[in-house]
Amino acid sequence: MQRSASLPHPGQPPRRPMIQLSQLPMLLLVLLVLFVSVYPVVWIFLSSLKGAAEFSTSSMWALPQTLEWSNYARAWTEGNMSKYFVNSVTSVLPALLLVIVLGTMAAFGIEIMRWKLRNVASLVFLAGIMVPIQIVLLPLFTIYFKVHLLDTRLALIITYTAFGLPLVVFFLVGYFKSFAREIIEAAIMDGATIYQVFYKIALPMVSNAIVTVALVQFFFMWNDLLVSLTFIQNPDLRTVQSGLLAFTGQYGQREWGPTFASIALAVAPTVMVYLLLNQMVMKGMATGAVKG
Amino acid sequence: MEKTLRDWRAILIFVGPALLLYTLVLLVPIAWSLGYTFYEGSPIAGFKFVGFTNYLRLTEDPNFLKALWFGTKYALLVSTGQVLFGLLLALLYAFYLKRSSALVRTLVFLPVVLPTVAVAQLFVKIFAIAPQYGLVNSVLQSVGLEHAVQAFLGQGSSAFWIIAAMDIWKSMGFYAILLYTGLVDIPEDTLEAARLDGAQGWSLARFVVLPLLAPITIASLIFSFNGTLKVFDSILALTGGGPGNATTPLTLYMYKTSFTYGEYGYGSTLALTLAIQCLLVTLLIFWRSRNRGAE
Repeated sequence: MQRSASLPHPGQPPRRPMIQLSQLPMLLLVLLVLFVSVYPVVWIFLSSLKGAAEFSTSSMWALPQTLEWSNYARAWTEGNMSKYFVNSVTSVLPALLLVIVLGTMAAFGIEIMRWKLRNVASLVFLAGIMVPIQIVLLPLFTIYFKVHLLDTRLALIITYTAFGLPLVVFFLVGYFKSFAREIIEAAIMDGATIYQVFYKIALPMVSNAIVTVALVQFFFMWNDLLVSLTFIQNPDLRTVQSGLLAFTGQYGQREWGPTFASIALAVAPTVMVYLLLNQMVMKGMATGAVKG
Repeated sequence: MEKTLRDWRAILIFVGPALLLYTLVLLVPIAWSLGYTFYEGSPIAGFKFVGFTNYLRLTEDPNFLKALWFGTKYALLVSTGQVLFGLLLALLYAFYLKRSSALVRTLVFLPVVLPTVAVAQLFVKIFAIAPQYGLVNSVLQSVGLEHAVQAFLGQGSSAFWIIAAMDIWKSMGFYAILLYTGLVDIPEDTLEAARLDGAQGWSLARFVVLPLLAPITIASLIFSFNGTLKVFDSILALTGGGPGNATTPLTLYMYKTSFTYGEYGYGSTLALTLAIQCLLVTLLIFWRSRNRGAE
């Protein structure tokens, strides 16, 4: 960058001198913002590859001297991350599927079908967004205890699905509201059943919205700690997040390499999904928040 | 057509399953939880009706008052920080970076999607003192500030600031996107007219942009307050509420009371105060924004 180009010409009234002079500090500010946002994530990855000796001999800022991939192997086996991954995936994926199927059907029923209490139903779901989860934990614990659902994946699947429904329903009701009723009405005039309308017309129209809201739900479920901590006591059934908490409590003080590797493993799915679909994720989360 | 759209069996098939699950897992337990506040005990030990004892206990419990105050203080600080930094970032995106802000927006949003537990473990390492110095202590040491090296997370006062900094860091990108969306919705004509009237830089922001952005800023504050009052994961994973109970908010106190000590009645009462607090904050902010709008 040429310095003279950014200075106002002498003798000529400067048009926007403040903006010209502030170029450099602003650029530094942007770089600082980027560094602060991204470096910690990069640091997890760099540190996960360091050997045990490097943590005590060189600075925390140093790049790894060796590439200690065995940290990952140890986190995966000794740290039980493999087990936790299976547990997380087998509870998050079914819950995700359920919340999307049930939520889409309910949103369609509320927004497209005509019945007296549909506004009440809509409000009832909306209220769920405001309720702190903490208030239902104790009764749910009692219920799951009585029906022998404690320490089962099913408890997590049911809870995640129910807690996810308000946002999904509310989000999709908004989408159903915005598309042409005429198309649906024309299809019914032509003799389509309501199920055909749902499956062949409504569903394709909101498919983008469904993907967006599914992404948001994926982040909520994958990142959950409170629910899995409450309903899962058996160490073998822990999810990735509650497993990570247990692992770092146990090993974190002495074994930094495997600890960083397990943190990297816990964030990997969300980071990958986000980097692939960041535009949809940002839009989805923002829309969900504004409407919620 | 009317008949098809009013078919009660179809309505039941579409809405029924979701409503049933939602009622059983959310609505019934809320009512159940209110009932618990009049009892003492647990499913294992059995329950005893105690009337308003749990509510009286609230007023005399120093740990409750401490947790309530900590949680409120924390929520005030963090919500202000999240929305303020979000606003500054949004202004940066919209007025400085303009169209080339996509990459910056994407990267600043990244921490939003990270699991809180993992982020908290990361911050434990950043501020660690033993067995090795973390990032912060190693910097302090290398610039000769050896005396400033300390166990940041082991002291209530510094731990509070670290938890707050972490939760602001994690969410500011989210509020930046929210407010940025509001900013780009402001018509260019309005800004141009204000510029012609002589509004520049700060005065343009102060008298034109921020007032137009007020509704979405208030929505962000409500959203942020509701989130920060429920803070749980980050504190549990960072400090576990300690040292002692110096960093214990209501959520963590409620959790420990219920699941560590098995006091379901009192735990439910604590959860209820949390729900009321969330509701009050929302109403208060709504009310204030109404009043301001009427001025």
